[in-house]
Amino acid sequence: MENFEPVIVAFCCHYCAYTAADMAGSQRLPYPSNVKIIRVPCSGKVDALHITKAFEKGADGVYVAGCLDGDCHFKNGNDKAAKLVTYVQNYLEEIGLEPERLEMVRISAGMGDRFALIATEITEKIRKLGPSPIKTVAA
Amino acid sequence: MITAERKPLEEIIEYIKPFKRILLLGCNECVTVCAAGGRKEVGLLASGLQLALLKSGSSIEIREHTLERQCDPEYVEELVPMIGSEEAILSMACGCGVQQLATRFKDKPVFPALNTKFMGGSLSQGVWDERCKGCGDCLLGLTGGICPIAKCAKQLMNGPCGGSTDGKCEISDDVECAWQLIWNRLKALGQEDRFLDIMPAKDWRSGGGGGPRKIIREDLAE
Repeated sequence: MENFEPVIVAFCCHYCAYTAADMAGSQRLPYPSNVKIIRVPCSGKVDALHITKAFEKGADGVYVAGCLDGDCHFKNGNDKAAKLVTYVQNYLEEIGLEPERLEMVRISAGMGDRFALIATEITEKIRKLGPSPIKTVAA
Repeated sequence: MITAERKPLEEIIEYIKPFKRILLLGCNECVTVCAAGGRKEVGLLASGLQLALLKSGSSIEIREHTLERQCDPEYVEELVPMIGSEEAILSMACGCGVQQLATRFKDKPVFPALNTKFMGGSLSQGVWDERCKGCGDCLLGLTGGICPIAKCAKQLMNGPCGGSTDGKCEISDDVECAWQLIWNRLKALGQEDRFLDIMPAKDWRSGGGGGPRKIIREDLAE
């Protein structure tokens, strides 16, 4: 448990969070390698099944990163994503997983520092929560 | 359409716990439209069940499939080649589909994953309301297109009752008084006179009071 390195899947919107991750790289800002980024055309494109499958395949935490309020390239995909995340958090609770393992965050394309900060904070949060009970069972 | 909602995961798990291989079966009709039992919901339930079972240390093989319609024998017949090795069927159709499966596959346990709710329509995305009780003797032509059987809590044939205040029903401020709606509508149509006609007590034999109902179209039936 002491050496536990969480696996975190981040669904990042192409127009904001993914670009912010690039920005973090260009600025040489370090963030934990635990975070595995999946680029999506809009955070609103993320489906509940993508999230549950990530947990099924062994993720300890998942977050969906969309644009800031009112900044969605497709009008309101980020707000839809936020609703979906709440819906899936309830589903995770029903399944018996801590809903805190899933989070919605909002980042603009220029916020490389915020991307790195969020990646670090979420990694630490999941580290404290411990390994996903699914992985423990599967292993 | 027929609306439905998924049962609590705990109840579904109780049904399928004794089995190692199940078929999780969706339906492409009403339950797809009301986002309860279509292909997408089949995937999400299968994933949720896997997670919940893995967490409790057990596992199950779930085969996912969605039929065009579960309430028609022609479509259910498609399952015959694939059903052999499945120990049970978990259906995400309405009660009609579940019963169709139970009738066709007599040696397979069939379980419902949904609670069938009501016949309704969509108010806006993600919101459905009840519109029809299937009473078998439609009154909508007399009531301005608003059903007092489905929308009045007391199913009054002549309303409103004393519980109607400012257009709301006494059971909740969220429920509109059906008879107020009927009055408004008749007025808009210039048919206020119709409101004075006393409607006789309803004969519920056509609404299920005479036992299970059946329709036989002699020209179509074989």
